[in-house]
Amino acid sequence: MIRFILNSKLIAADEPPGMLLLDLVRYREHLTGTKIGCREGDCGACTVLIGELTGGGMVYRSVTSCLTALGNVHQKHVVTIEGMNMEGLNPLQQAVCEEGGTQCGFCTPGFIVSMAGFCLSGHAPTQAAARAAVDGNICRCTGYKSIERALDRMNDLLKEAVSGELRATSGGEAASYKLQATSGGLDKMRFLVEQGILPEYFLDIPKRMAELALEPNGAVRAAASEGEEAASYKPQAASGRNGLDTRGRRFLGGGTDLYVQQHAAMVGADIGFLTVGDQLKGIVQEGGRCVIGGAATVTDLMESPVIRQAFPRFEHYARLISSTPIRNIATVAGNFVNASPIGDLTIFFLALDASLTLSDGVARRELPLRKFFKKYKTLDKRPEEFVEKVSFDLPGGRGLFHFEKVSKRTCLDIASVNTAMLVKMEGGVITEGHLSAGGVGPVPAYLEGTSLLMKGRRVDEGLVAEVLESADGEIRPISDARGTEAYKRLLLGQLIKGHFLTLFPGLSVEALLEI
Amino acid sequence: MKNIDSTGHTRGESIYLDDIPLLRGTLFGAVYGSPVAHGFIRRLDVSGAEETPGVVRVFTFQDIKGENQIGGIIPDEPLFAEHHVHFCGMPVAFVVAVSEDAARHAVEKIKVEIEPWPVVTDPRVAQANGELIVPPRTFRLGDVDQAWSLCEHVIEGRADTNGQEHLYIETQGAYAMPLENDVIRVYSSTQAPTAVQRAISKVTALPMHALDIEVTRLGGGFGGKEDQANVWAALCALACLHLKKPVKYAMPRTDDMVMTGKRHPYSSDFRIGVDKDLKILAYEVTFYQNAGAAADLSPAVLERTLFHCTNSYFIPNVRATAYSCRTNLPPNTAFRGFGGPQGMYVIEAAIAKVAEGLGVDAAVIQKKNLHRTGDIFPYGQLAESEAHACWQKAEDLYDIQSMRREVEAFNGSNRLFKKGIAFMPVCFGISFTKTLMNQARALVHVYTDGSVSLTTGAVEMGQGVNTKMLQVAAAVFSIDPGSVRIQATSTFKIANTSPSAASATADLNGKAVQMACVEILRRLKEVAAAELGVAVEDVEWREGMVWVSGAATELDWKKLVLAAFVRRVSLSEHAHYATPGIHFDPSKEKGHPFAYHVYGTAIVTVTLDCLRGRYVIDAVKVVHDFGTSMNPLIDRGQMEGGIVQGLGWMTMEEVIYDEKGRLRSNTLSTYKVPDIYSVPEEISIDFLHTQRDNLAIFRSKAVGEPPLMYGIGVYFALRQAIRAFNPSTDLPFSTPLTPEKVLMGLYDKKLEHVPG
Repeated sequence: MIRFILNSKLIAADEPPGMLLLDLVRYREHLTGTKIGCREGDCGACTVLIGELTGGGMVYRSVTSCLTALGNVHQKHVVTIEGMNMEGLNPLQQAVCEEGGTQCGFCTPGFIVSMAGFCLSGHAPTQAAARAAVDGNICRCTGYKSIERALDRMNDLLKEAVSGELRATSGGEAASYKLQATSGGLDKMRFLVEQGILPEYFLDIPKRMAELALEPNGAVRAAASEGEEAASYKPQAASGRNGLDTRGRRFLGGGTDLYVQQHAAMVGADIGFLTVGDQLKGIVQEGGRCVIGGAATVTDLMESPVIRQAFPRFEHYARLISSTPIRNIATVAGNFVNASPIGDLTIFFLALDASLTLSDGVARRELPLRKFFKKYKTLDKRPEEFVEKVSFDLPGGRGLFHFEKVSKRTCLDIASVNTAMLVKMEGGVITEGHLSAGGVGPVPAYLEGTSLLMKGRRVDEGLVAEVLESADGEIRPISDARGTEAYKRLLLGQLIKGHFLTLFPGLSVEALLEI
Repeated sequence: MKNIDSTGHTRGESIYLDDIPLLRGTLFGAVYGSPVAHGFIRRLDVSGAEETPGVVRVFTFQDIKGENQIGGIIPDEPLFAEHHVHFCGMPVAFVVAVSEDAARHAVEKIKVEIEPWPVVTDPRVAQANGELIVPPRTFRLGDVDQAWSLCEHVIEGRADTNGQEHLYIETQGAYAMPLENDVIRVYSSTQAPTAVQRAISKVTALPMHALDIEVTRLGGGFGGKEDQANVWAALCALACLHLKKPVKYAMPRTDDMVMTGKRHPYSSDFRIGVDKDLKILAYEVTFYQNAGAAADLSPAVLERTLFHCTNSYFIPNVRATAYSCRTNLPPNTAFRGFGGPQGMYVIEAAIAKVAEGLGVDAAVIQKKNLHRTGDIFPYGQLAESEAHACWQKAEDLYDIQSMRREVEAFNGSNRLFKKGIAFMPVCFGISFTKTLMNQARALVHVYTDGSVSLTTGAVEMGQGVNTKMLQVAAAVFSIDPGSVRIQATSTFKIANTSPSAASATADLNGKAVQMACVEILRRLKEVAAAELGVAVEDVEWREGMVWVSGAATELDWKKLVLAAFVRRVSLSEHAHYATPGIHFDPSKEKGHPFAYHVYGTAIVTVTLDCLRGRYVIDAVKVVHDFGTSMNPLIDRGQMEGGIVQGLGWMTMEEVIYDEKGRLRSNTLSTYKVPDIYSVPEEISIDFLHTQRDNLAIFRSKAVGEPPLMYGIGVYFALRQAIRAFNPSTDLPFSTPLTPEKVLMGLYDKKLEHVPG
């Protein structure tokens, strides 16, 4: 039995754990404010919030309910648009109304939910951050400008309220909106309740979540086997907080890819939930190495101090990768296991020469990511294995890293070509080079020959020319909906130039254009 | 005034088709569409579907009680394929089951054997094969053949625009339910309740008075639900008639994308001649419209392409010919702009090509040739032009000189980034080009408590038409808009409606509302005169009160309404409006088809990343002729939304069919519409207020379609930026201008040198 709180109501669902949250919300609970636009996470009309009780209090994330399995909301708080409604319009709803930010209205509840998610996120109310919060919501009517104006209003409200708050309390310096911390994030929620942005029942949620976690039940399977030893990812025993059963026959991470590809098969499947519980989560630094849990999401990466420090441009890269609600549930490991020749994170981690730890719950083995992809959509992975962790050497001071991607639509789109490059420098010489490229062959490509070619070389325009030529020889792109073969060859060359120009701004642009 | 639906929208309480509470026993449909684009059905086996648990019945053409025909303009479109299939996704069978899952599961078990016939997807090939939907049409002005010799420069070229998926976020669908005595009510996500009613009537052989088509609102339409909602409604109604059970079909996204038509792709040839002063003397153009497998609205779309083939320009000698070409694609259909954008793109391409050839700024040619009041359109109507006013104001207001200087300075100091700037003037005719469709009716009831109920033929799909209707009633009655309620659109209440389309819905229905309210008010004034014992000429109605000789009386709205009822005076009115003065003679291709034209000018600037081929749109700055906007908030929304939809068509929205006629861009992951990051950083809208009288409701000019065409300017701004990097580019006039085409255009001269 899956139990969670939907808005203010406790739900106990006998439905299969692979059923989609969207279907339960709309067709069992008859909450029709959550809309169906595409059922593949690309429009955001079905956006809901999922809240989880963590050590620091409730953490809410926006997700697309069309790709969220019921099992993944077990013991969580699900908030739909109905769960935000109070007697009058809340200030977010009011802002959208007054700015004309709703026309046909079909996408609107999704936008409002994403906006509420932003208010709950504790992000500083900057224009960029507010827009990022709705980057997974497609509107076909308004052209977004009125929505942007509504977002500005939301920010004004947050800023004003915060500065008032700060004046009243500490007379604080920054207008940044950081009220979490004390008493389980309750301050932040209390603040939003006081502002009339959230209904009052939110204040009871942390307590109710804690109670819910104590209730015994065992229907949702976690993927890792019980009692199995694992240094930093030891699975909790069945009697643990989540009371989890063990292996299911199909693994499910965030579901953002599996439900698009195999919706019908997954609904009734015997599922092992990889993201339930904390055992596969976490991003830690162990010496010079970064270790990422198999269930860590893209958002976890974005928020990880380790990642942010190692990759100062990470936020910029992440903006090119799917959208906020997808990043909130999509796992890093899932991107690998999907085996798409063009997975953004796959390409990212290939250039870092990352390693995978695969586990079947009993035994584990390690292999380099670049050996994981055997041929098109075929992995070196047995069905009973899942990715327990991903690890790589942090680039460190001598390492220079860059990621490039071009797609038809700059954001929230699948790449035509993506590529990443890591070079380690010593005394102006490349001591180690790694180049990866997606969309240019049947599997995500680690360009081994080209990577080797860079070793021991000084960086100059001549090297760039050689790298381009070598890379072009290593790839096997085909013409498809993402572009012709000629385009992909040209584009990869351009993006490699982009790596070099970004990492070595001293290179001659003119000379590179001549290549 | 805010959109009256906005409260419900932001609370998630507005009801769309899939939100209607289900009646007990509701069944669910799923369509089996042809997997082959063209062929002969040798064998159809639905037994596997019939045996699937939960399936109630599988319908095919043999179950049709009336005619197997849903064609609107031309009866050339069967509801179900009988022996031939003409496009991938053409309905072959309709499975009805106790659940959506069961119906969809059963569809997968249908087997069909089709002898494949040659598939044509290219309109030029279809035209060469003589496959035309209707005979070609030609608009003529002056004598082009004579004029070429007078031209200093004559330039020829080709221009291609691709289709566009509507991508209303609410997919198509219908929910049919049996009422007593063989009456069927159908909730349909349609822009055209009457078209749905007619189609069902034909298919079921039920008279129209037995078919109540009801529409509360659509989650977007954009033309896609004008003619193409008929299919799903007819399928549900047919099944409902047979089974006497409610039947619902809300389309899954991929079904919707695969089975429905889109904006027409066009391929065109042009020839343009200018004199030494850059005056355009002659323009010849041939349009090859890709109509798809059946007429749908293609002939009307084709006509509007011809109407708008010279955009905002006066060209004394024109010959424009258009072919509507039958191909093996789903029937293409109405889409905001309705053929106008396709026509305008070609003339803008022709002007750009002249400018590039002569090394002058395209804007010089554009401005020099804008038409003026009194200039004649190729179809015979005389312009009442705001073209110069809009252009000039745009230049002044947005300081075009400094904009240009900025672009030049940027391009001079950046090697890998280039900016481009382009003007896009627009002139768009308002009215259905088919004159008979320019009529509408409204039903107004005033209840004895003073509340007002309003029903029109207009369908609310986000454009705010219901808000405008309510404003009209509230303004005429001079009462609080809160006491007026607009009712769902229904064929039982308002008959024989025109679709909500052609930007004309607010005008047509608004005028009818105005007439109905004025008539009720006339009667109320008589009542007031009788109540007060004064002459009716002395009675004035304003601010919700009766005034006599300049002084307010005791008689307010509620008292007056009650007095009228007591005196047995009708408090209801059904009014009929037909646009005056419009006519068109297709045998001569001349007339006065439009009630008026809408004008505007946009200045578009873009920044191109010449290393990667991607770009951002910096600004779209517009001066637009609104007449006197009755709702600036709604009208601004139409502008911004239209612009972004237009630039999506020009940039990232790529409809891809393979050579077998299968749609490859059949999901939202393969068909991209603008997201919040792809819209211009700045969209400025200046309202050109004009006092000239016009036939728009409250002189507030129609605003639905015209702004879409400002988006065309994005193509030309990008083209400028590409040429700033690669002046000798062979970039074709072909849209959408995806990052792929951009990059190929930036580096086309070097492509042969690219390694490999």
